[in-house]
Amino acid sequence: MGQQEREKKKSKDRTEKQAEANPEVVEKGKKIKEDIDELLDKIDDVLEENAEEFVKNYVQKGGE
Amino acid sequence: MDSRIYGLENEFGLIFSAREKSSIPLERILGYLFEGIISNSWSSNAFLPNGARFYQDTGCHPEYATPECDNINDLVIYDKAGERILEASLILAERRMMEDGIIGDIFIYKNNTDSAGNTYGCHENYLVARHIDFWRFSERLIPFFVTRQIYSGAGKVQRESGKTFFSISQRSQHINQKISCSTTSSRSIINTRDEPHADAEKYRRLHIIVGDANMSEFTTYLKVGTTALILQMIEDGYPVRGLDLDDPVRAIKEISRDLSMKKTVKLENGKSLTAVEIQRIYMELVQNYLANRDKDDIAEDIMDKWEFVLNKLEETPMELSEYIDWVTKYDLINSYRSKKGCDWDDPRISMMDLQYHDIKRDRGLYYLLEREGLVDKVVEDEEVKHAMEYPPQNTRAKLRGDFIRIANMKNRSYSVDWTYLKLDGYGEETVLCMDPFASYDRRIEKMLLHLTYSR
Repeated sequence: MGQQEREKKKSKDRTEKQAEANPEVVEKGKKIKEDIDELLDKIDDVLEENAEEFVKNYVQKGGE
Repeated sequence: MDSRIYGLENEFGLIFSAREKSSIPLERILGYLFEGIISNSWSSNAFLPNGARFYQDTGCHPEYATPECDNINDLVIYDKAGERILEASLILAERRMMEDGIIGDIFIYKNNTDSAGNTYGCHENYLVARHIDFWRFSERLIPFFVTRQIYSGAGKVQRESGKTFFSISQRSQHINQKISCSTTSSRSIINTRDEPHADAEKYRRLHIIVGDANMSEFTTYLKVGTTALILQMIEDGYPVRGLDLDDPVRAIKEISRDLSMKKTVKLENGKSLTAVEIQRIYMELVQNYLANRDKDDIAEDIMDKWEFVLNKLEETPMELSEYIDWVTKYDLINSYRSKKGCDWDDPRISMMDLQYHDIKRDRGLYYLLEREGLVDKVVEDEEVKHAMEYPPQNTRAKLRGDFIRIANMKNRSYSVDWTYLKLDGYGEETVLCMDPFASYDRRIEKMLLHLTYSR
């Protein structure tokens, strides 16, 4: 698919997405909430045990 | 949309967390990272087979500059490819370090600030016509760049005189001038660096250092897309009037701290407008400009997204958590806070701010959201994977990338820069490639044929 066509398709998808009927949006919102709830528990797994020290140690030299 | 050359540079944050208490200089870690990216010889400045440049920047940051792209979709792809290249080299580097007895974790962040108040950049490059009056051009762009952060900001948990709060942009607090030539001391809204890497009589470079590094594909796409349309409109001589800000440097900081999107900034003409209102005026100018031109799907797509985002920002900004980095991050942190009952100054919150930008996908919070399908994707993973190895096909980057790949394969030494290629032992010729739009060159074709069939 050429880029132009692809853009067109995406644009169309978006419009359809926005035009979704309300109950579906609500249903989707509920699902996302559940997903996020599960996800929040996963976050602790990827945070360092000693967050405070880790963040404090994150010092860079200025760039550019 | 008019054809234009785009490039994005990202300076990444780098830290090594050793298992033992010994400290290892970052330079050594960077050395290991480079080894993973550049296999033939150690160097701290190298072009890659995908046409990009990877190097050690001021302040010991690994930096990746995308190859020249002639459209925004490619730019998003090659920007993401840079993250993936670094991620792959991170894994290799840790393995090699372990073999050398150095055990720990390397963290690479695509962000712009550390916890001590230092900053490093994400620079956007746009090739613009030489004939423009740069100062007038800049004046017309400044209010745009000051307000663009409402949809391009990456969000930041900020600490100031004992108070912790969330701001929209990582970078805005570090901008202290309207226009300047410096990138390290007094960072500005418009930077005057002008190395077009092309025929300087025809083109100049617009080097924008005011923006945040983005994790979200949608955000990068919109940030560069809207900017490109504005540039095209102004280049075509369409005026932008009556938006000059009374104090742009102050305004950029104030806007960064206003999550409500309702506060106004003062204009030179005495009026006051919100950031959304200023963006809407720019958007309407572009709408009028495009109305007189041929239909264009990409421009239309950018305009759709721009309008969608401004409407949401005005009414219900939190509904953009799928699309805009700062909202995604803010929303995630807030959900975490209410579930765990912790406050903004909890160290876990600052850690989340940082981890959002971790490019290692099994650890980075942005990628956690992506895996769950909670953020919008603009490009395909397969395209990004391909772009780690192969250059864009419509620009000079194709010449460079193909040349490097074949020369590496044949184990030949060479030197390369944005505008030239030289194969050692192939006559005395340095092949200059001054046209960034040219993906074909007879001299290089000849050289590649020679290389391919040489033993």
